[in-house]
Amino acid sequence: MKSILKNRLAWPVLALAALLAVNQIFRGDFLSLRMQDGHLYGSIIDIMRNGAPTILIALGMTLVIASRGIDLSVGAVVAIAGAASCAYIAASPEPASPATAAVAVVIAVVAGLVLGVWNGFLVSTIGVQPIIATLVLMTAGRGIAQLITDGQIVSVTNDSYKAIGAGYLFTLPVSILITAVVFVLAAVLTRRTALGTLIEAVGINPVASRLAGLRARNIIWIVYIFSAFCAAIAGLMISSNVTAADANNAGLYIEMDAILAVVIGGTSLAGGRYSLVGTVVGAFIIQTLTTTVYTLGIPPEVTLVFKALVVIAVCLLQAPKARTLLRNLKPASPLRTKEKVAA
Amino acid sequence: MSSLSTVAPPTPQKASAIRHRLRTGTRYAPTLATLALFILMFVVGAGMYPSFLSGQVLLNLFIDNTFLIVLAVGMTFVILTGGIDLSVGAVVALSMMVTATMLQNGWNPATVILAVLVIGGGLGLLMGLIIQYFDIQPFIVTLAGMFLARGLCYVISLESISVTDPFFTGMAQARIPLSEELFISPGVLIALLVIAVAFFILHHTRFGRTVYAIGGNEHSAMLMGLAVKSTKVLVYCVSGLCSAIAGILFSFYSLSGYSLAAQGMELDAIAAVVIGGTLLTGGVGYVLGSVVGVLVLGIVQTFIAYDGTLSSWWTKIVIGGLLLVFILLQRLFTRRTP
Repeated sequence: MKSILKNRLAWPVLALAALLAVNQIFRGDFLSLRMQDGHLYGSIIDIMRNGAPTILIALGMTLVIASRGIDLSVGAVVAIAGAASCAYIAASPEPASPATAAVAVVIAVVAGLVLGVWNGFLVSTIGVQPIIATLVLMTAGRGIAQLITDGQIVSVTNDSYKAIGAGYLFTLPVSILITAVVFVLAAVLTRRTALGTLIEAVGINPVASRLAGLRARNIIWIVYIFSAFCAAIAGLMISSNVTAADANNAGLYIEMDAILAVVIGGTSLAGGRYSLVGTVVGAFIIQTLTTTVYTLGIPPEVTLVFKALVVIAVCLLQAPKARTLLRNLKPASPLRTKEKVAA
Repeated sequence: MSSLSTVAPPTPQKASAIRHRLRTGTRYAPTLATLALFILMFVVGAGMYPSFLSGQVLLNLFIDNTFLIVLAVGMTFVILTGGIDLSVGAVVALSMMVTATMLQNGWNPATVILAVLVIGGGLGLLMGLIIQYFDIQPFIVTLAGMFLARGLCYVISLESISVTDPFFTGMAQARIPLSEELFISPGVLIALLVIAVAFFILHHTRFGRTVYAIGGNEHSAMLMGLAVKSTKVLVYCVSGLCSAIAGILFSFYSLSGYSLAAQGMELDAIAAVVIGGTLLTGGVGYVLGSVVGVLVLGIVQTFIAYDGTLSSWWTKIVIGGLLLVFILLQRLFTRRTP
């Protein structure tokens, strides 16, 4: 088991190491960290801080994908969570008090949970394919967010609220700490209990797991709620970092980045086995790519082309067929490769 | 078939006829429901706003959505095989950028259009090859294709480039009169041609039948000796080609190239296909259904424009709601036909 895990993580980790090495070569101080005003600074910290929302969403997405689903609505949930909390703060009588910020956070999280319940309901109870079920919210969600903010960009001034995305605690950015807490929470809940195995069972064969006495519906419900919860927290981070809610652009295409992170991290879109660590590594790869573009002095407009090429390269390296060609690893079992994605 | 086995058949012959009618009826039902909805919305619109009830409002739906119609047609091919193409919006933008830049540098329109078609078809072909021969999910490959096409747009130019070529401006302004008051644009004719060709290919060629067979059951199609591999590659090429045509039509419509154009258009195309009655699992659906799907999206926008008090974001919410209704409807029908 350990050697398989090592194999699955080997490529993403290698890719990340290569990216970091390239950066270090072109900018000698890339890996160095320094203390300033009691805060830790450095490129690595920047990458982690900017990547925090993507990592969070990718964590939720990992569990959804492991259950053979997909959640396209996370970007919309980000926008709704940000819109709901900022609209509340802006409309409250004391827009600067910590209590208002706390209520705003609760509102955003509850909104996220409700949207997660909605997605879970469509997928598990109604039995709609995940990609379409979440497409509904992806399409309508931004409209709802605009409805909440009345089409405006709602800016707020609240120091407690700002701390979520831009503050520091124990020398580290708060957003990194929140992400770490969610990661540990997800890891402990799924790996120290049977939940992770149950999710994988549902992902590998929903019918068989139901026949084995597993409540597949509840499991599916849990993963969508968790995914929306992560997206809501990410929405808080994004809106608090810029102290404004932008219904149009907050979390735009973040679902794509999150799905890429999951896939680069070695979790198959066909469901089943997943790796939370792999996902975090995958998210780091995506964020480091953006930084690398700046370090190498590549014009920013080429970023997307660069990203596309790296994504294709990483996916090709992981594809069983390409691996067979390279004869690096034994090919995956035919059952897994033949499986069609629910896309 | 098995769902009807509990019904006691009066005579075997009659039963099979009923069965057949029911089955084809169910097959068309989602598309017919969409058509009914479209007619209903038109009637309601006519009741609310007297000026709504004109042939030109109907024709404008075509004129304003030519590119989306062509996109949805291409997307139908991909979705029928059980795949998905997220790159279409970005390929539309890339086609527009290439068109605008090449025209600006003095190329003649025929060469430009040919180049755009080759680029679009080539990109689609490339994605299809990667999907088929490396066994990577269509979702991821076309997502990378989307990044690539959008990125190439940025590389070409970050600014909006206007098109001043006489052929293109001529196409943009040309109006083909149908009667004294009604007219269409040349783009509509192109879109209708694309629909006709797609309809013919899907229903009257070996390739089209293979597309349906793959969506129904890829494994069976392979065992039947159908050309599964080449067909699966070709549908992405078709979708890429349609995106390129849509890009040219959009250039006729907007007379410019802008790297941020057509953002999220892939979602509109997918929504139109789903609303038009095509199952995302593949195997069931019609090109004409997707066209009606686009018209429904168009009429929602027309409604909101006519109302004047509703903000633009209601479009998204209504489309999301429609999507939901049609998914639930499909769910109902697919449960009945195992």
